[in-house]
Amino acid sequence: MGKETVMQRNNGPRVEVMTGNDACAEGALAAGLTFFAGYPITPSSEIAEILSYRLPHLGGKFIQMEDEIGAMGAVIGASLAGAKAMTATSGPGFSLKQENIGFAAMAEVPCVVVDVQRGGPSTGLPTLPAQMDVMQARWGTHGDHEIIALCPYSVRETFDLTVRAFNLAERYRTPVILLMDEIVAHVNEKVVLPEPDEIEVYERKLPNCPPEEFLPYKFTEDDIPPMASYGTGYRFHVTGLCHDETGFPTNDPVQIDRLIRRLNRKISRHRDDIVQVAEEQLDGAEIGVVAYGATARAARRAVRLAREEAIPAGLLRPLVLWPFPDKEVRALAERVSALIVAELNMGQVAHEVEWAVCGKVPVHRVNRVDGEPIPPEHILQAIREVAR
Amino acid sequence: MIDYTKYLRISKFPLIWCAGCGNGIVLKSILRAIDKIGWPKDQVCTVSGIGCSSRTPGYVDFNTLHTTHGRAIAFATGVKMAKPELHVIVVTGDGDATAIGGNHYIHAARRNIDLTVVIFNNNIYGMTGGQVSPTTPMGMKASTAPFGSVEPSFNISGLAQAAGASFVARGTVYHVFQLDKLIERALLKRGFSVVEVLTPCPTAYGRRNRLGTGVDMIRWQKEHTISVQEAAKLSPEQLNDKIVTGVFTDVDRPEYLETYQALIDSLRRKASLS
Repeated sequence: MGKETVMQRNNGPRVEVMTGNDACAEGALAAGLTFFAGYPITPSSEIAEILSYRLPHLGGKFIQMEDEIGAMGAVIGASLAGAKAMTATSGPGFSLKQENIGFAAMAEVPCVVVDVQRGGPSTGLPTLPAQMDVMQARWGTHGDHEIIALCPYSVRETFDLTVRAFNLAERYRTPVILLMDEIVAHVNEKVVLPEPDEIEVYERKLPNCPPEEFLPYKFTEDDIPPMASYGTGYRFHVTGLCHDETGFPTNDPVQIDRLIRRLNRKISRHRDDIVQVAEEQLDGAEIGVVAYGATARAARRAVRLAREEAIPAGLLRPLVLWPFPDKEVRALAERVSALIVAELNMGQVAHEVEWAVCGKVPVHRVNRVDGEPIPPEHILQAIREVAR
Repeated sequence: MIDYTKYLRISKFPLIWCAGCGNGIVLKSILRAIDKIGWPKDQVCTVSGIGCSSRTPGYVDFNTLHTTHGRAIAFATGVKMAKPELHVIVVTGDGDATAIGGNHYIHAARRNIDLTVVIFNNNIYGMTGGQVSPTTPMGMKASTAPFGSVEPSFNISGLAQAAGASFVARGTVYHVFQLDKLIERALLKRGFSVVEVLTPCPTAYGRRNRLGTGVDMIRWQKEHTISVQEAAKLSPEQLNDKIVTGVFTDVDRPEYLETYQALIDSLRRKASLS
């Protein structure tokens, strides 16, 4: 086995000090990753470096492709051949991958795309924290499709959400984005990793019909067609073109409409299964803070400090940003008199929160776009001002 | 005579290719080569990008993948790495493989990964209506080169040779018996193999450049091509209006997946010893 862990040495619990990028790589392996293709880009490169070491030890494969576009293509090819496949990148590389992420959405190919966010636009801030890709994750590709994006705030949560990203990708036959940020990627934390038998791993639903009856894009009860792998006796066609249930291109308006609506519906109708939020100190809260990723770490602290000052503040922390937890945010707006959204961008999620609460309560913004994290004091200050 | 219907998705016919197009000849040549080798259909995977030639996977009853423009080799790399036992064949065009996909093309050749790339070279972007391609000869017209192309063109085969491919050959749809053999050799070659096939596009290229019908264009191939062996005897001046066909490279180099598997095996051996 590759990197020797404390657990493997001592046979005790898996207590380690690791970064978010370490945890992402380990979570991917725990979820069954067998193929990684990538192209180096800060601050995501360690994920590729770790997996270039770990995968061949485990019989899996790593390749550093010639560019980000090729890496995303290779991931899709590997997934179609039956592998659990992943790539990792950062803002500019994420932009390059978008066309093929759209292909994965259209052709319903499970895969995980890690985006360790950095500042932008363009090459922006390679080594400084930002949360500027929230909307790129949602709307980066052309065309109309739903997407799933998860957003960890700690090292341990990065491990858990990486596993979940694979499970959701396999369950819903879709690309899943893991939206990290530079702070979570590079912070060193003590973590206790779960034992392998505590980790729930979902495998893609295989067809159980004879090959001649197999329809790779069949309309099923749950809108998620079973998926065969290349080379298993089910010969099928995959294309990025609009296709019918057989997978072959169609220009028939009825078939096109059915396909696009199903691609959206298979995720939107299961949003309750996908959406995940964490709540902190929301009992009796009058001011709700919404924050995600590394900014939620500062927000937790700010809420605790506010409580010490007898200001009833609480935190709603989305672990899943897409589909957006609009119901959960709306429910919070029923209970509080104001919301504060803190994030390292110009207000990408604040906009979504405003949409969700529909003017019910005022939505205040705490934004920072200078490459520095938001300190707890900034959020505390905002809480104090709102409380006044 | 092989039974082509065994390999074709007949329900997808008629083909979208124009009358006089050479793509069907290349398709049949690929099928004859596969039939001669005897690979089961389940073990063959054809991958393409975007363009006329790239519609080929839709017509053949293998594991088939029609990807984004220029990215066929990248997708094929993933398929092959995840399932090395599959025989992965990339069918692509000159624009797809050497313009937008040029980077993947040279790097796959450098890696020497075991793929076969059949490039349908018709010197033009056919499907999008006749725009200039990296292989449109200088001076020839295209919808985006209305005064004749002002750029020198790529030598597709030379590019693969220089980048490190194990097998590189060029054929034409006129020399169809030779083409069958070239494709068969490429398919059997362990490593990155390329067969560049000259195929006429009378609609988007021939018409604009007054080259006549598809038959006229194939006749031109007959009159202007020369074998590697004959070419060796001629001066550069004598070769000026000639196109050289045949096998340019056939060498044995370490294949990427074999190298990678050897790495996996050695790491696991070490782990089991420790």
